[in-house]
Amino acid sequence: MMETLQALAEPNRFQIIELLRDGPRPVGDMVHRLGLRQPQVSKHLRVLSDAGLVDVRVDAQRRIYALRAAPLKELEDWIERYRRIWEGNFQRLDGVLHELKAKEKKRGRTKR
Amino acid sequence: MNNSGTLKITTPSEREVAMIRVFDAPRHLVFEAWTKPDLVKRWLWGPDDWRLAVCKMNLKPGGGLRFVWRHDNGQEMGMSGAFREIAPPDRLVFTEIWDEDWTDGETLVTIVFSEHAGKTTLTQTVLYSSREARDAALKTGMEHGAAVSYDRLAELLKS
Repeated sequence: MMETLQALAEPNRFQIIELLRDGPRPVGDMVHRLGLRQPQVSKHLRVLSDAGLVDVRVDAQRRIYALRAAPLKELEDWIERYRRIWEGNFQRLDGVLHELKAKEKKRGRTKR
Repeated sequence: MNNSGTLKITTPSEREVAMIRVFDAPRHLVFEAWTKPDLVKRWLWGPDDWRLAVCKMNLKPGGGLRFVWRHDNGQEMGMSGAFREIAPPDRLVFTEIWDEDWTDGETLVTIVFSEHAGKTTLTQTVLYSSREARDAALKTGMEHGAAVSYDRLAELLKS
């Protein structure tokens, strides 16, 4: 998990993952889209590959990268957990605000 | 369970986490609910049974704040901080640090309240001391009293 997060923490690598969410892509395509040099992209891909986030297959002379679902699923589970906590908080806040609005309305009426 | 949609969580930079959520109330009320301790206590909890038991806010620049969450089993966890900016009803900035310093130094929280047609968009951004600190916080989900699973994290790191 630490490895997954460290691999993803670099913005360009995060971008690569975002690109691969749409489906497998050859390296050249990612170089073009990211506006980076090929060696940089290859270096990032190697880190992602070492972290088990991407798989590579060779098709003719092209190296095509694809996401591996499992580690990302794990990360999403962590974020989901974080999200649930805050959703709980914000739903309770909705309730508090509903009450404050009602009180304010009442005050407005009695003032008149 | 997933009636989310409305809560957006992003990482605007390497050291930040931002949450964006719309509330059906004018911003002066959202600001009030974020700055009056009696109100804050009613909603700013941790996961499961962690409730906000102590909430003190000295609402002026440099003024202190103190939050303590308490579990049903008697365990407590607290954080302290200081206000940097108080600009009702549109901005609130403060520092915070957990008693156990789980986040490797203090974090800076910036809350922006913007209103449109009677609804408020709350943007809450936390700036960590480092990328690693942010990732650890995100991973354990323990930002803001969400500090449950320190033990689970330790377990995970062992494995």
